[in-house]
Amino acid sequence: MSEAGSRVALVRVALPYHLRNLARVDGDVEVEAAVPVTIRSVLDALEGRYPTLRGTIRDHDTGQRRAFLRFFACGEDWSLESPEKLLPDAIAQGREPLLVIGAIAGG
Amino acid sequence: MSSVRVLVGTKKGAFVLNADGKRKDWKVDGPFFAGWEIYHLKGSPVDPNRIYVSQTSGWFGQLIQRSDDGGKTWHQPGMADEALPAPGPPTPLPNRFAYDTSAETGAPLTTHQWYDGTQHPWEFKRVWHIEPSVTDPNTVYAGVEDAALFRSTDGGESWHELSGLRGHGSGSKWMPGAGGMGLHTILIDPANPDRMYIAISAAGAFRTDDGGKTWKPINRGLVSNFMPDPNAEVGHCVHHVAMHRSRPDVLFMQKHWDIMRTDDAGENWREVSGNLPTDFGFVIDVHAHEPETLYVVPIKSDSEHFPLDGKLRVYRSRSGGNEWEALAKGLPEKDCYVNVLRDAMAVDTLDDCGIYFGTTGGQVYASADSGETWMPIVHDLPAVLSVEVQTL
Repeated sequence: MSEAGSRVALVRVALPYHLRNLARVDGDVEVEAAVPVTIRSVLDALEGRYPTLRGTIRDHDTGQRRAFLRFFACGEDWSLESPEKLLPDAIAQGREPLLVIGAIAGG
Repeated sequence: MSSVRVLVGTKKGAFVLNADGKRKDWKVDGPFFAGWEIYHLKGSPVDPNRIYVSQTSGWFGQLIQRSDDGGKTWHQPGMADEALPAPGPPTPLPNRFAYDTSAETGAPLTTHQWYDGTQHPWEFKRVWHIEPSVTDPNTVYAGVEDAALFRSTDGGESWHELSGLRGHGSGSKWMPGAGGMGLHTILIDPANPDRMYIAISAAGAFRTDDGGKTWKPINRGLVSNFMPDPNAEVGHCVHHVAMHRSRPDVLFMQKHWDIMRTDDAGENWREVSGNLPTDFGFVIDVHAHEPETLYVVPIKSDSEHFPLDGKLRVYRSRSGGNEWEALAKGLPEKDCYVNVLRDAMAVDTLDDCGIYFGTTGGQVYASADSGETWMPIVHDLPAVLSVEVQTL
């Protein structure tokens, strides 16, 4: 849950199976994302907390989302939104997770 | 007694197969990195406990993994504490392969030829081949797609392009093969570490004599009828190149059609396909103790990637090519339509040299008698992408 006046917010992220393995976690993870909470600030926090995930969700140099991954927030596809766009309060306040989902493609 | 450790990369993980020198009873460990494409894994000749892995996925991209205990445990280089961040300066990026575009050292080269003849920007896709240094366990080379050569000198924690290869002048004429434009072969001269050979599908073979700063194409004598100029300086689809450590000027090549040989470090090539029933294929290797003894697995054609008549055969030449004999004892004699990919054959250095190869059907075969007889180590792995062996 975010705290009034704090510079970070505790955000939940749901990772796909292989990234959970890389991060050595079970289930959703919680990261302290910089406020304002955006996809960029969440991913920065995620990669800072779990460096083994760097380069697996977004390109190291361009920051672009990897083509076969999608972001969902509160039931909406945020994959094509700007990484600077403010995420919904439910995400920023930790009530719902930001979903990182691998495309169901390729077998 | 000596033992062997066979490192197998597959489409869905890596496997480590161990046996003593008899090579009869095998212990199978894995899958490691289950679900990921393991294009290649190879051990350091200096420290056999040091093994590097190319782990890749269309969803999550490229990772490099490393073992320092002979394959028991693995970590991304620089991240031995798994997911926990280390305090202090930024942690390494062992999976960052950025093409060198700097003004000082980068090649002024931004495009290569595409399938339709247009120019296409260089895009990193994956590491095809990892080649540890013959002198230093922390130095390792990576051949990547789109074709380029990278080197790490810190055990895989960071990678830097040897940009002289792409920048030597012919790069804009390089084009992808059917599987992509991959740098798949890296051979280091054990007597002269400044000399290296590499091969790219489908650009050809190249050599450096100054440790990778400058390069030259070494394709004279290669003939590729699919090209407008069959004798062009670049553009040949080299599938694999093999070298015996005692004769680094002598190379053997399996090309997209033709087995080729050079005796002068690639300055001139000649065909040695001889009496092979078909000279299409991917693998080629050299007996550990007999520099003129070669092994190939003939594949029917570039349109039908499986053995002739459903019979899986290894062919051996004891004369450096031209005269070949079929080796079939213990291999499938019917209904076998697998392929053997370019990095999926290796030899050990035991007195009775062992030969190993893996198939797209998931089998790994071993011969403990230089190819006279074969037995499957495993039957049902995922499609095998690479095979290497360490003699311990």
